[in-house]
Amino acid sequence: MSGMSKIVKTISSITFPFVFIYGLYVIAHGHLTPGGGFQGGAIVASGCAMILVAYGSVWTMGKIKEKNLSILESLGGFCFILLAFLGLGFGTGFFNNLFVGNEFLFGETPKFNSVAANFNTAGVIPLMNFAVGLKVIAGLFAIVLVMAYASSIREDEK
Amino acid sequence: MSMRNAVAAIFFAIVCVFFVFSALMIHSFGVPDATDMDDRIIGGFDMENNTYYGAQNETGANNVVTSVVFDYRGFDTLGEATILFTAVAGVVLVFRRLKK
Amino acid sequence: MIYNIPYIAVAALILIGLYAVVFKRNLIKMVIGITLIESGVNLFLITLGYREGSIAPIYTSSPGGIMALPVPQALTLTSIVIGVAVLALMLSLVIHIYRHYGTLDARKIGGNEE
Repeated sequence: MSGMSKIVKTISSITFPFVFIYGLYVIAHGHLTPGGGFQGGAIVASGCAMILVAYGSVWTMGKIKEKNLSILESLGGFCFILLAFLGLGFGTGFFNNLFVGNEFLFGETPKFNSVAANFNTAGVIPLMNFAVGLKVIAGLFAIVLVMAYASSIREDEK
Repeated sequence: MSMRNAVAAIFFAIVCVFFVFSALMIHSFGVPDATDMDDRIIGGFDMENNTYYGAQNETGANNVVTSVVFDYRGFDTLGEATILFTAVAGVVLVFRRLKK
Repeated sequence: MIYNIPYIAVAALILIGLYAVVFKRNLIKMVIGITLIESGVNLFLITLGYREGSIAPIYTSSPGGIMALPVPQALTLTSIVIGVAVLALMLSLVIHIYRHYGTLDARKIGGNEE
């Protein structure tokens, strides 16, 4: 239950921040480039799964409990629904994109053409991307962690 | 048991015939039938009213797929998030008794 | 007719998955069949939304031209995440079944062996 060899542990420790940053990039640029909350969340969760494979599930379960992951996932879902209800409260309806066109924080809305990427254009969509990304990271990693832990317990008892 | 396999094979053959037939008879690849809703979402310039329309003008997002996922069809994404939550809850519930 | 090769691939994927679900006795193989059917459905949605010579529906420094239909792609994204969730739930139930019954044979589970 000590995971794999020292080479694999070292290499995965070095690689993990790059995977993490790349996943966060995909989440943050979901409204500009291909990607979004789900895809970036899947990338980050696969990086966490790499750590899980390298270090073993018991070590990872000692570092982070799946209860905390469930809390994170619920937090992401709560933020998502909260943003949707903001549209109901201050806009016209549920899932109304109420921040778009607000030129103070969220810049000018592009008309219809091929433009360069402005980061702060899409109103509530990047915030929803972050919420869904958090939800997908925590959810997928909780699934992988719990399944790996439960199947490693059986091998210990044998 | 061979009786069950025979009946299953007959129905499977019928389904095979239907699938292959419809795969051959469907419209050609690359020429979708109805694109009105998608063209409305992709956007353009309305000549009569002299206005822009479409996802980029309405939501401000350059990625049309993201604006469909999070704005036009937000309820689908809400249901999807609920399904993901339910899956996590189900997996944790199934394995909870095994850990003790 | 040669342009219908993606539809034929869809039919082949769904039929292989259906074969695995109907005729195989191992639960893992049945799960693999169900995911094959999901892959066929996703490929079908993407194939329906493709326009000939189109680009991806993203405006960020796009070269111009007609765009592929965005709504089938968005619904395929939804479908992929639902597929992952269903796959995780199915596999955990299969692990649970194996620990309880000691077998993965679908016809020996449930107490009605012949």
